Amino acid sequence: MRQRRHTWQTLFTTTALVMAAAVGLTACGGSTSEPKAAESSATAFEGKGPINYVSSRDASGAANKSIEEWNAAHPDQKVTFIELPDSADQQRQQLIQNAQIKSDTFSVLNLDVVWNSEFAANKWVLPLPADAIPTDKMIPATVDAATYRDNLIGAPYYTDGALFYFRQDLLTAAGIAAPPKTWDEMKSACEKILALPEAAGMSCYTGQFDKNEALTVNFSEAVASAGGTVVDAEGKPTVDTPEAKEGLSLLVDGFKEGLFPSDAITYLEEQGRRAFQDGKVVFLRNWPFLYSSLSATDGSSKVAGKFGITSIPGTDGPGVSTLGGRNLAVSPFTPNKETALEFIKFFTSEEQARKRLELSSRAPAFADLYRDPAVVAKRPFFPTLLESLENAQPRPKVVQYGATTKAIQEEAYAALTGAKETDAALKDMQAKLEEISAK
Amino acid sequence: MTTASIDHQSSGPPRTPGQGRKASRNSAGSSAGRTPGEGRMAALLLSPTLLVLALVIAYPLISAIHQSLYRAQSGLDADGYVTEGEAFVGLANYADLFAGESGHRFMNAFGNTTFFTVTTVLLETLLGLALALAMNRAFKGRSFLRASILVPWAVPTAVSGLLWRWIFQSDGIANTLIGSEILWTAEGTASKLAVIIAEVWKTAPFIGLLVLAGMQIIPEEVYEAAKIDGAGWWRQLGSITLPLVKPTLLVAVLFRMLDALRMFDLPFVLIGPGKESVETLSMLAWDESNQLRYGSASAFAVILFLYVAAVAIVFVKVLGADVTGAKQLGAKRRARKANRIQKAEATQ
Repeated sequence: MRQRRHTWQTLFTTTALVMAAAVGLTACGGSTSEPKAAESSATAFEGKGPINYVSSRDASGAANKSIEEWNAAHPDQKVTFIELPDSADQQRQQLIQNAQIKSDTFSVLNLDVVWNSEFAANKWVLPLPADAIPTDKMIPATVDAATYRDNLIGAPYYTDGALFYFRQDLLTAAGIAAPPKTWDEMKSACEKILALPEAAGMSCYTGQFDKNEALTVNFSEAVASAGGTVVDAEGKPTVDTPEAKEGLSLLVDGFKEGLFPSDAITYLEEQGRRAFQDGKVVFLRNWPFLYSSLSATDGSSKVAGKFGITSIPGTDGPGVSTLGGRNLAVSPFTPNKETALEFIKFFTSEEQARKRLELSSRAPAFADLYRDPAVVAKRPFFPTLLESLENAQPRPKVVQYGATTKAIQEEAYAALTGAKETDAALKDMQAKLEEISAK
Repeated sequence: MTTASIDHQSSGPPRTPGQGRKASRNSAGSSAGRTPGEGRMAALLLSPTLLVLALVIAYPLISAIHQSLYRAQSGLDADGYVTEGEAFVGLANYADLFAGESGHRFMNAFGNTTFFTVTTVLLETLLGLALALAMNRAFKGRSFLRASILVPWAVPTAVSGLLWRWIFQSDGIANTLIGSEILWTAEGTASKLAVIIAEVWKTAPFIGLLVLAGMQIIPEEVYEAAKIDGAGWWRQLGSITLPLVKPTLLVAVLFRMLDALRMFDLPFVLIGPGKESVETLSMLAWDESNQLRYGSASAFAVILFLYVAAVAIVFVKVLGADVTGAKQLGAKRRARKANRIQKAEATQ
């Protein structure tokens, strides 16, 4: 027993020593958690020198070419490309961590449009000076998505909008002259098409309905297409409205009435592409990047040359697309703000956007480029995409976007799977969003 | 931290003082006759180890507990800028775990974690034992089987999550094989089943190989003796193999349980984040920290840590799992003794 008591003593002493040392360490690190003094950020863009451009990878190499061109012209203000992981969540985490420790490593940030409000409200990026960016030549929705409370905080880099893919061959076979513009037109078109022998076993329409960011996109589009909004201009939630109900009902009824494939609740972009490409659905809502794989003539696509594109349908007329894309913003912690601003101006200029189109199919923010015959020859979907973008709405512009999109997914998913009635789901969604925006 | 506490638990002096083995390899114990000077010297020599332990184990732990007592108080001022500050909220982050919306999520995640741990470890143990029994026999291609059985274990979890996601797609192999249309990756019981299948596939080989190692040190004579006694295969399994392989098996099961309690990547990749049916405590903590709510994220992490520690301690105390090998010698001796007795019986 004597031995045992000693062991316990030693154990206690060891633990106490370890704990004491650790508490000391914790105390040292504790100073970072003090409330930050809300210092007025110097909005003067001063300081020249080398900077770092922080972004996700650009597989096409187009961004790297723009940077090379800048570096050749500005040898004393070199821009270094810091690559972040492909996952958007991880990019956001790294960007936020760097901002929270006020690191000057990241100078120019490549931000997803949905992070705009969060970064602006936390002062993790600087508002850009007025007239620095030629916003009048850009598609209005892209500028709106880069604006927070009347301040432009990022320069639109590239954008993205929804396209409505349809089977031209089946429409022709059913004697339908023009693709549907509304959900009702789509339903009656489907009735005719699905009666055709060549359309046996097909479903009418699909979007993306798995519990994911894509569901927020599809829900926001349905609500906006029915004339509603998810949040108003002040950031206040507005989903407990007749318009929002009509929007969500489009999707809920789609499942109930068998308009959508029964497994569409598991669909993300990729599964939807496969369903359309294998001839399982007549209509598909998806992003423009699908266009090239659907048109592939190497035998991988059954629908090559048989499909067309238009704007997504709404309730009374063409629907409203949500907006994707990226903006470039300046970190307040970089010493070389003048260089950072100049680089952003250069990088997001129309000239550079045109040059990048040679390599990359990312949709530029400048409306003129969509009408340029040389560009359209290479990217035939651009005119339709422009229509979609000119009508597009940003996703909810809120500071707590992460919690907001999660609440939307949670409740919309419950309604789609039938776990909740549409009314109850929207009511709960409204309550959750109000709680989030009150924080 | 858990392994450290286990270490302290079982590296004490032998439980039976009468045995009186000189515990020369016991770093903590064996202090019966030391002088104060020796003690200081020992403390001095151990201090680098203690410092490292403090740095990599105690500091993160205390820091997490410290963080879990705070909450970010953010609001928007008139210009729409975040007014920031962290306020000390005491145990409010913990109280929230049992009430309201966050309480519901926590209880759900806690239930899922426990459910996955119990089901997967049980199935893995049974399957692992069967695999080990199969591999322990001499037959052609045995080494090939052993190597191939390791493949699932060697595949990174995130990659196997993607593979299984592919299999469980609505038009994937799983549905084609059973001729149905089950939505494995949607919310519901099917998604739980999908996680269990993938997890068992991945980790049964781990238990299998550890148990196989345990089986191979059982001397062949024991079985020969049993055979002469007329013991059948089942009798041999129940009276020789299982009792002798028990120490190894317990350690394997303990490791698997601690692993399963921290399960994150498989449900995250296979089913997706934010799906209630498969959300575990680790996923919940990740999600909270992703939303910059570090206080409640730390509270989740601390609770998970306490849970894991409690399971480990109960396991070691009640079932007497021998993590550090302190009792292995004794076990060997007992095995030899059993061997001798059986031999003696056989010759009678």
